[in-house]
Amino acid sequence: MNTISPFETVLRGIAITLVILFFMFPIFWIVLMSFQTNATILQVPPSIFFEPTLQNYRGLITGQLVTDTSSLEIRFMSNLFNSLFLSTASVAVGLMLGVPAAYAFARLKFRGSEDIAFTLLSFRFAPPLLVLLPLTIYFQQLGLANTYGGLIWVYQLIVLPLILWIVRGYFEDIPADIEYAYRIAGHRWWTTFRKIALPLAGPGIAAAALLAFIFAWNNFVFALVLASADKQPVTVGALAFITASGVQYGQIAAGIILSIAPTFALALYAQRYLVEGLSLGAVKG
Amino acid sequence: MTVLLKLSGVDKFYGPVNKGVHAVQNINMDVMKGEIIALLGSSGCGKTSTLRMIAGFEETSRGTITLAGREVQALPPVRRNVAMAFEGYSLYPTVTVGENIAFALKAARLPTAEVEAKVREVTEMLEITDILDRYPTSVSGGQQQRASLARALIRDADLHLLDEPMGQLEPQLRTLLRGRIKHYIKERGLTAILVTHDQTEANALADRIAVMEGGVLQQFATPQTIKEAPANLFTGTFVGEPPMNVFAAEASDRDGQLQLDLGDGLHLTYAADAFAPDVRATLLARKQIMLGVRPYAVHRDTHGARAQVIANQWLGDQSHIAATFAQGTIVLVEHDRADVAVGDAIHVRLAPEDLHVFDKDTGTALSHGAQMA
Ligand SMILES: Nc1ncnc2c1ncn2[C@@H]1O[C@H](COP(=O)(O)OP(=O)(O)OP(=O)(O)O)[C@@H](O)[C@H]1O
Ligand SMILES: [Mg+2]
Repeated sequence: MNTISPFETVLRGIAITLVILFFMFPIFWIVLMSFQTNATILQVPPSIFFEPTLQNYRGLITGQLVTDTSSLEIRFMSNLFNSLFLSTASVAVGLMLGVPAAYAFARLKFRGSEDIAFTLLSFRFAPPLLVLLPLTIYFQQLGLANTYGGLIWVYQLIVLPLILWIVRGYFEDIPADIEYAYRIAGHRWWTTFRKIALPLAGPGIAAAALLAFIFAWNNFVFALVLASADKQPVTVGALAFITASGVQYGQIAAGIILSIAPTFALALYAQRYLVEGLSLGAVKG
Repeated sequence: MTVLLKLSGVDKFYGPVNKGVHAVQNINMDVMKGEIIALLGSSGCGKTSTLRMIAGFEETSRGTITLAGREVQALPPVRRNVAMAFEGYSLYPTVTVGENIAFALKAARLPTAEVEAKVREVTEMLEITDILDRYPTSVSGGQQQRASLARALIRDADLHLLDEPMGQLEPQLRTLLRGRIKHYIKERGLTAILVTHDQTEANALADRIAVMEGGVLQQFATPQTIKEAPANLFTGTFVGEPPMNVFAAEASDRDGQLQLDLGDGLHLTYAADAFAPDVRATLLARKQIMLGVRPYAVHRDTHGARAQVIANQWLGDQSHIAATFAQGTIVLVEHDRADVAVGDAIHVRLAPEDLHVFDKDTGTALSHGAQMA
């Protein structure tokens, strides 16, 4: 039975619209900006009526940054690819290492297991710059500086603790007896892990992977210090928009739109999967 | 008959040995092939811990477990060949009830037709044929419990461990299934250990009952022996409904007769030959003893000892009368409606053959009726 009056429904609608406007406005504004030239963006007072142009997007995709005074080469598309590659690879490595580790921490209570798990989490507390200084030197000695491998390794500092702690919680929520029931029916530990634990923790693993991907994608400082131009992700590459002849707002806006698109798409896709996963048992009945 | 399962000096510590919770203490037990054993005991006494050690989910802290001729305490669960119905059901949530039940058989690559026939047989027996296509989360607790029981019973294992397999069911269904399950197990010559809180169930299903308390095996015997000759005060009072009446007494020799002084000026006097000579000698030597008598064995008799009624309940098929007696309360059961009211004085007779005598300090049984324990 619906006890909400029509009046209340309208009020709610208005409230929700206001909240959405408040949070979405910057994004909306950036979308508008991405279709304007620097000149129209900087005009006072600003106006939402303008002649849309695709010049910013064209510039980014072709790699030619055209300003009022000069033309400059920019590697936005290769930066975007780097972001995509670094984030995906980091999450993949993080999952391969983190999920089994999370399972071990959830199921095997060995001496010092809590301490080890906490130490791994504490990587998240360390100020990145503190870690970076010695790391830079080591990486140069090891020949890891400015390699994808080295970056993916460093990205584990962001990705691994996140995956480990989220997934561990999901594994702990699976009653151990479900796994025992499977093992006693003639299955080995490894099969049980694959057939029972992994599917049941699936939604949690997906959520952790998504979060880890976003964190990796948004990372700035590791890549800034450890990668040179050809390995840089968009977060660092965006610095190129600040040119000697001014800040290229239009292109920054277009760059932002292009660089949030993958995470946005991923979030939308994963959201559907997450909801499905969580309500699986109840819906299928 | 061969011994299928042998527990020798089995201990369980949760946490470090000798420091952690000592949940199971030095259990020794032989289970014959084809036997049904009931594990009976109060909550937290170590029943589940014992089963889990046999299944291999908990490490055996000390001692050995021999199953079907192999020492198994160090083997992983998969190599022990036991089936288990879990206290918390633990069905796989991602597959249907039917698939849950058939899982082990399918994994063993049995022909589909045979699997289906077995599933039909066991689910018909447990009255759950109508939920086979549903998912575990969408069926009731009692249905989940029976599905979990079916998943264990369908397997052809050396030993079946059933942890409170019918706790969620209503008494009628429980009574019905009890008979069917016993038949199913006996027909196939399976061996089962079943944990239960229900004494009727233990008596009806089990060939032998293992009574546990505080992690210690108190007695392991047939239902009849446990009723007639409880090994100690705990078993005596724990098994039997309503529980055994217990009084502290002092034994003395009075002109050749045996007198039991219950305090409060109450004496029970027995003829010199009422007890075997060794029983009589023991009682007189111990002096301070605990006296137990089952409610069914307390009879009203005008020449008996005095008691004052404090409650009289008619349960539909029997009367439970409680009366103050000596320094405590005595409960007696009569099969007809008793015409006594609260406050009435009654006289009760405790026949020597119905008396159980226990050591005052250790609770160990000294004698049952006229004979030594
Ligand atoms: N994982 C554990 N860690 C620590 N102590 C435990 C653990 N499991 C059980 N215990 C303790 O061991 C004792 C025996 O527990 P167990 O589960 O075997 O009892 P039970 O006889 O099965 O009880 P119930 O009838 O309530 O199921 C209890 O005191 C319990 O608190
Ligand atoms: Mg239990």
